[in-house]
Amino acid sequence: MDLSETAEESMLREQAREFLRARYPIQRVASIADGAGFDRHAWQEVAALGWAGISAPEDAGGAGLGFVEECVLGEELGRALFPGPFLTTVVLTLPALTGAPDLVKEVVAGETVATLAWLGPSGEPGATRFPIGAGLAQDRPGLYGSAWFVPDLALADLAVVAAEGPAGPGLWAVRLDQDTISRQDLPTVDTTRRLGALFLEGALGRALAQGSDAERLLEHLRDRALAFLAAEAVGVASRALEMAVEHARTREQFGRPIGAFQAVSQSLADAYAEIESARSLVRWAAASVAARAPESARAAAAAKALASEAAVRTCERSIQVHGGIGFTWEHPLHRYYKRAQWIQAFLGWPAELRARIAASLLDGPGDENERV
Amino acid sequence: MDLRDSPDEAAFRARLREWLAANAPAHWDQPGAERLEGAERLAFLREWSARLYAAGFVGLTWPSEYGGYDAPLSHHLIFLEEMGRSGAPEHVTPIGLGMAGPTILSHGTEAQKARYLRPILTGEEIWCQGFSEPEAGSDLASLRTRAELDGDHYVVTGQKVWSSFTHEADFCILLARSDPAAPRHSGLTYLIVPMRAPGVEVRPLRQITGDAEFNEIFLDGVRVPVENVIGRPGEGWNVAITTLMYERANLAVMLTVRLEIALSRLVDLARTTRRRGRRAADDPLVRDRIAELWTVLQALRFTNYRALSTLMSTGMPGPEGSIVKLVWADANQRLTKLALEIEGPSAMLSGGEHAVQDGLWQRLQLRSRGNSIEGGTSEILRQIVAERILALPRSR
Ligand SMILES: Cc1cc2nc3c(=O)[nH]c(=O)nc-3n(C[C@H](O)[C@H](O)[C@H](O)COP(=O)(O)OP(=O)(O)OC[C@H]3O[C@@H](n4cnc5c(N)ncnc54)[C@H](O)[C@@H]3O)c2cc1C
Repeated sequence: MDLSETAEESMLREQAREFLRARYPIQRVASIADGAGFDRHAWQEVAALGWAGISAPEDAGGAGLGFVEECVLGEELGRALFPGPFLTTVVLTLPALTGAPDLVKEVVAGETVATLAWLGPSGEPGATRFPIGAGLAQDRPGLYGSAWFVPDLALADLAVVAAEGPAGPGLWAVRLDQDTISRQDLPTVDTTRRLGALFLEGALGRALAQGSDAERLLEHLRDRALAFLAAEAVGVASRALEMAVEHARTREQFGRPIGAFQAVSQSLADAYAEIESARSLVRWAAASVAARAPESARAAAAAKALASEAAVRTCERSIQVHGGIGFTWEHPLHRYYKRAQWIQAFLGWPAELRARIAASLLDGPGDENERV
Repeated sequence: MDLRDSPDEAAFRARLREWLAANAPAHWDQPGAERLEGAERLAFLREWSARLYAAGFVGLTWPSEYGGYDAPLSHHLIFLEEMGRSGAPEHVTPIGLGMAGPTILSHGTEAQKARYLRPILTGEEIWCQGFSEPEAGSDLASLRTRAELDGDHYVVTGQKVWSSFTHEADFCILLARSDPAAPRHSGLTYLIVPMRAPGVEVRPLRQITGDAEFNEIFLDGVRVPVENVIGRPGEGWNVAITTLMYERANLAVMLTVRLEIALSRLVDLARTTRRRGRRAADDPLVRDRIAELWTVLQALRFTNYRALSTLMSTGMPGPEGSIVKLVWADANQRLTKLALEIEGPSAMLSGGEHAVQDGLWQRLQLRSRGNSIEGGTSEILRQIVAERILALPRSR
């Protein structure tokens, strides 16, 4: 058993932190967020670092690393509030394209931005809900229906669409430049990661997986996203805590730095404890999902539940410690807070994830000795 | 990163499991099982500890020249996990094993190592800790018990309080003031006090559970030979810091394993208790809180593994380990209260045939209030995180 960071992971972390500090300082992120959003053409530069293919095999042009390394990147991307389509293109979509090596190449090279369209209008995740009908009743073959809460949709060239097809559930790779497709931006609170709705009226797609294969793949993609978002949340929270600590050390009231008041210091110590707890779960979830171990669903759900709560609470503590300045648009804190909230709401609120955990702990055989 | 046991760790775990299955007493301290008390209990635990040691499971990380087994730290962690899960009784002197022993190993003389270490492992000698005083709790460095040099002895006079295992102990690691003129932290000396020496009096204190786990110690002119000083005279504070570091590190894993056992008992309770026509386990509020506690338990487990990995790869414990006691105390307090809530009106019953599990949860819940006080209060632990890890300004 060894959970420590390998030399390779540390190098990747440093490289990421350096690049993001130089190219995505918070001022730039803020102007992207307050402007038109991430520039599609800026993705190429990121992909050139090898990040788009970080866990793709080397013969597909990838770096041949794994999901654990993706989560190391995830924490750094979260710290920087990186506004680009890493979550969608790499975490949520790439593993679904394995059967289409040409698409993998495009994505790894940074030529194609991709996303996953699998949620219904109520935002329910899960392998059993396929809101898009692969039109049997329609006069033209193709994909019909709509998908909601699709992240980075406005940037994407390609979507992996989950739909109920003639042979049960399936996944299709759909190019988004077809005239049978329309998109609508959904205004988001966190404008560093935007959402859209996708409308398909007989769009053509390439079949990627069918039946139980598709279900298993979607579960895997969900677990990847949960673990990765937990890593991002740890990054968001760590940065929000750093800002609070910096402020508490320098801001003086009543003749002392405010960090000398225990109401301030104890709150930040609790934030630290929550963040480190979340970081531990992220390591577990990352390793479990990477190994596709049986406990990966529970580990990923636990990590996202705890880490997103830690991130939201840490941002709230940090805003409080900053006082009035923390409540302004000008101060970057609200952007961290909004990302933390985005993470909390995407693919299941903490209580929804805990309900899944509870089912695994409390239901099933073994209650024959019930006491009245 | 590798979550699995290495082949060597797996082999050790398997051997330990097999041994425990064959040797651990059944139903130890289980509700309903016969409970040993007093001298009988002590004799039983000593004998059990000696067998554990002879089988190669105590003193795993200690050097073989002092009776240890030279094993890597991970074996000790596996030992604590498997012991906890098997429900086997713990070693008879946790303070000896977890605090006095490691302190003697890092600061003791050759003679002290040769004299004291092996009988700790075998369970022949029991240790207690005399740090806290009526006027010195969180502010330990303000302690007043005096140690005056008189020839080749220190004469110790004062009072200690909240000292666990003391009524059974042979020795006490005791912190006393040897130089009242020196600044607070530099006038302290760390002593091994024989508990049978003349002038030592122990009075049990009854806790909110009704049990008497801890005691007052009155010291009146107790003569302690100078060779019983651990570290140098006047440098007792640094030695005490070592003790407290080991206390928290050892506790971290033990407490996590105990929480794991408590949680599985809680799950059983929720599944077998019917309330208003359904299982307590079907109440969405109960379900949410159990899942949340389970999540915190996993976080503690993997924080321990992270801390251990850092220690094994760098030789230094990482800062993350310092949160375990804090997070655990809160989790254990919430867990035991949830159990009472699941019991419903039976929560009022302390024992007997109508009580749930003979009043087990009532005892555990009351005992849990000590968790945020013993071994450093939660406020003090938060302040340590704030000042030492986050580098916030001192609050005092
Ligand atoms: C079950 C149990 C077993 C124990 N076993 C032992 C033992 O074997 N040996 C031993 O030596 N001791 C033992 N102790 C004692 C324990 O270490 C002390 O109780 C503890 O350090 C607190 O000291 P105190 O009781 O004097 O409380 P105080 O220090 O008086 O604290 C009272 C309250 O004030 C708060 N407080 C104090 N200072 C600060 C500060 N600077 N900032 C914020 N809040 C503060 C504390 O957090 C606490 O809430 C045991 C205690 C318990 C409950």
